[in-house]
Amino acid sequence: MTPSFQTMAAIRYGYGLSPLVPPPQSVGAMLGLLAGEDTTAHNYPIMSFTQRAEEEVAMGFLRRARRKNEEGAADSLKIANRAAAKELMRELRVSMIRPIVSQDGFRERLLRFWADHFSVAAKGKGLRFVTTGYIEDAIRPNITGQFSTLLREAVTHPAMLVFLDQVQSIGPNSNVGKKTGRGLNENLAREILELHTLGVGGAYGQTDVREFAELLTGIYYNFRKGFSYRKQAAEPGAETVLGKSYSGNKGRLEDIYAVLDDLAVHPDTARHIAQKLAVHFVADRPDPELVTHVAAAFSASQGDLMATYAALLEHPLAWQSAGEKAKQPFDFLVSSMRALGVRDHMLTDLPFGKSRLYFSAPLQVMGQPWLQPGGPDGWPEPVEDWITPQGLAARIQWALVAAGLWGGDTNPRDFAQTALADAADDELRRLVGFAESRVEGIALVLASPEFNRR
Amino acid sequence: MQHLSNQSRRRFLLRSAALGCSAAASPFVTPMTFAAAPWDTRLVVIILRGGMDGLDVVRPVGDDDYGFHRPTLSEAGSALDLDGYFSLNGHLSALHPLWQQGELGFAHAVSTPYRNKRSHFDGQDMLEAGTGMDVGVGAIRDGWLNRMLAKVPGVTARTAFAVGREDMIVLNGDVPVSSWSPNARLDLSPQGQRLLEGLYHDDPVFQEAGNTATELAEMLDMSSDSGVGDGDGAMSNEMMASMRSAGKSARAKALARFTAERLNEETRIAAFSIGGWDTHRSQANGIKRSLGELADAIVTLREVLGANWGKTAVVAMTEFGRTVRENGTGGTDHGTGGAMVLAGGAVRGGKVYGKWPGLADGNLYQDRDLMPTGDVRAYAAHAMRGLFGLENSVLESAIFPGLDMGDDPRILL
Repeated sequence: MTPSFQTMAAIRYGYGLSPLVPPPQSVGAMLGLLAGEDTTAHNYPIMSFTQRAEEEVAMGFLRRARRKNEEGAADSLKIANRAAAKELMRELRVSMIRPIVSQDGFRERLLRFWADHFSVAAKGKGLRFVTTGYIEDAIRPNITGQFSTLLREAVTHPAMLVFLDQVQSIGPNSNVGKKTGRGLNENLAREILELHTLGVGGAYGQTDVREFAELLTGIYYNFRKGFSYRKQAAEPGAETVLGKSYSGNKGRLEDIYAVLDDLAVHPDTARHIAQKLAVHFVADRPDPELVTHVAAAFSASQGDLMATYAALLEHPLAWQSAGEKAKQPFDFLVSSMRALGVRDHMLTDLPFGKSRLYFSAPLQVMGQPWLQPGGPDGWPEPVEDWITPQGLAARIQWALVAAGLWGGDTNPRDFAQTALADAADDELRRLVGFAESRVEGIALVLASPEFNRR
Repeated sequence: MQHLSNQSRRRFLLRSAALGCSAAASPFVTPMTFAAAPWDTRLVVIILRGGMDGLDVVRPVGDDDYGFHRPTLSEAGSALDLDGYFSLNGHLSALHPLWQQGELGFAHAVSTPYRNKRSHFDGQDMLEAGTGMDVGVGAIRDGWLNRMLAKVPGVTARTAFAVGREDMIVLNGDVPVSSWSPNARLDLSPQGQRLLEGLYHDDPVFQEAGNTATELAEMLDMSSDSGVGDGDGAMSNEMMASMRSAGKSARAKALARFTAERLNEETRIAAFSIGGWDTHRSQANGIKRSLGELADAIVTLREVLGANWGKTAVVAMTEFGRTVRENGTGGTDHGTGGAMVLAGGAVRGGKVYGKWPGLADGNLYQDRDLMPTGDVRAYAAHAMRGLFGLENSVLESAIFPGLDMGDDPRILL
């Protein structure tokens, strides 16, 4: 039985049902909220990348001072590290509060979708504390505009340039290259083609990767000096990517933007993005008809994301075959707290140790350490990747804790209604009623297949 | 709600058939008795994710062109002589005694059949699926180790173990296998377990994962007796403790220890991964951690396996090697040919296997990569033939479709 529109919309395209926030009533209402102001971000602010990058610079100075054994440097660094880790944990809590309380659940889901599409892993290379800021600056404001804007903002953002080693890449025949003997690094060029735009099946080859990498030289970022285009490090001469020549003879940032703009509207990109949206929201193996429909809207609108989302939501296939997807661990945690009626202030001031115990450690055992995917391809999608014995054990374990912390005196059968409405069948209501304790009954609802699928 | 795709339903039915029990049977109702596996040899497969640079790990210092292509990397850190031609990266020095005792070897200039797009993710999928380019990436979603299990008798759900929190495609498939992470735990009252079993009854993916979890938590003594009990909203001390232990990430040493403990019981085949090999820049420093993890893993396996080490082969393989020339940033980019690591008391070590193609400009694959002269699948196949007595015809069709195993390199004792 297919649940009602409201239930499907809340669970499949949002963070689930809540006793405090009403579910969407129509596709028009969902798109209307998305087209409107992003009030959630305004109400629950997260520091920008630039602010965190300044702290990163200060910490860099402290690290150097410690290496030189300067007095007090080690202690200061320890204090600075602790403060940064604390802020990171606060950002995790805010990142959870937003989707817990928001009525605009689709926006919050899209944010995580695009942050995953343009993954920057928050580990190493000075990125640990700045990735939340990257998502806030480069992704969040751009998920309702043109794909070309989102692409440009994400892949030329300092965090991405550092993550995929672009900041190290030098044109071998540029002035800097000739003087220092340094040269190309293909990492960013390859991943833009393979992951961000055309997809691995797309119409590109090793020569395109190479030429694109040459074109990308010159773009530069340094935590201390900021973003710049260094013409003296750019590979001279024209570069041919997918059969089109860029960059007459002078290295210019505009040429990089030009190739990105062309990639953004390439038919392979339309197909790749449509496929990923359908896989993320609808099914691990989506109906090709749905993908074709969404890709057509993407192409027809030159990559207008609102038109693309509308095409997804307006198609009947987007509202069929409920329960084909597994919630990823972050979504599982957030939708559980949303169903439990957790309010913002209950998380806002949660101390560091408890935040780690309740959120970041469990996310790790469930297989999704916060902002640390294994590589630039982000998190896997298939149900089987998440519902493993160890991953499921971690969900059950966390459900017990969450029920104890936030379940209050709720009756498990009532909770099944709050959390799942008509997505819960009679058998589920019956079974949770037999639990030995309220805590275990509520935990069973959270651990049920109905709650973990969408 | 419709939960089952046809795919997962078919998968589940196949698994049940392989188990020889009905779809409704559960380990709670019918406690399995663990007959000893039909053989006593052990195989550990380590997937090195990210593209290990074989040329830096097993350095061809005897090749005149090596230093020319890698002016800084060839000089970085220390290296220990292996056979006069190849040297071992100094960050693996903990493994050098094993080489001297004949318990460590390598195969060089090897690769999977994956060519030209040099994507990590497709490369790993092909490595774990064990297929060739003719089949296409992603067409086969099960792994070669699982297909191997289908060809040997007496396999139980504990015969093979995927260790760690990552999905190990190499062990995925129709034959039931176990999977667990050393830091996972489960506390649920017996009543809660029964109810959960009811909830999972009609959802094969959840049923399988749930049953395995409960069973393993019990077997490995990772559950507490008290559960949450009174339901007053407080967390028990056991729960707090288990949440804390969950926070510690499982490094290679922990994975290897857990793996060896399973292999000392009824498990005979295990797989886990070690990541961090994607050394695009500052490789001299960047590769240190991953090599340390690899050395830790092998040393720990040897230590914990004790007498069983003599019956064990460890095969560590990666999705592709890296460019012969170091790039402009002190690192290397995605390439083709690379090296695989062979270890264990059952391995004929002290030797670098394979046919060396040379690093002269004309000998490189697409003028950039180490030319692959051998297939990693052939080495794995010869290892499985020796360890488990499988026929070439089976290995070259069901397990590695289309593989030509070639002459026996005799990598086992």
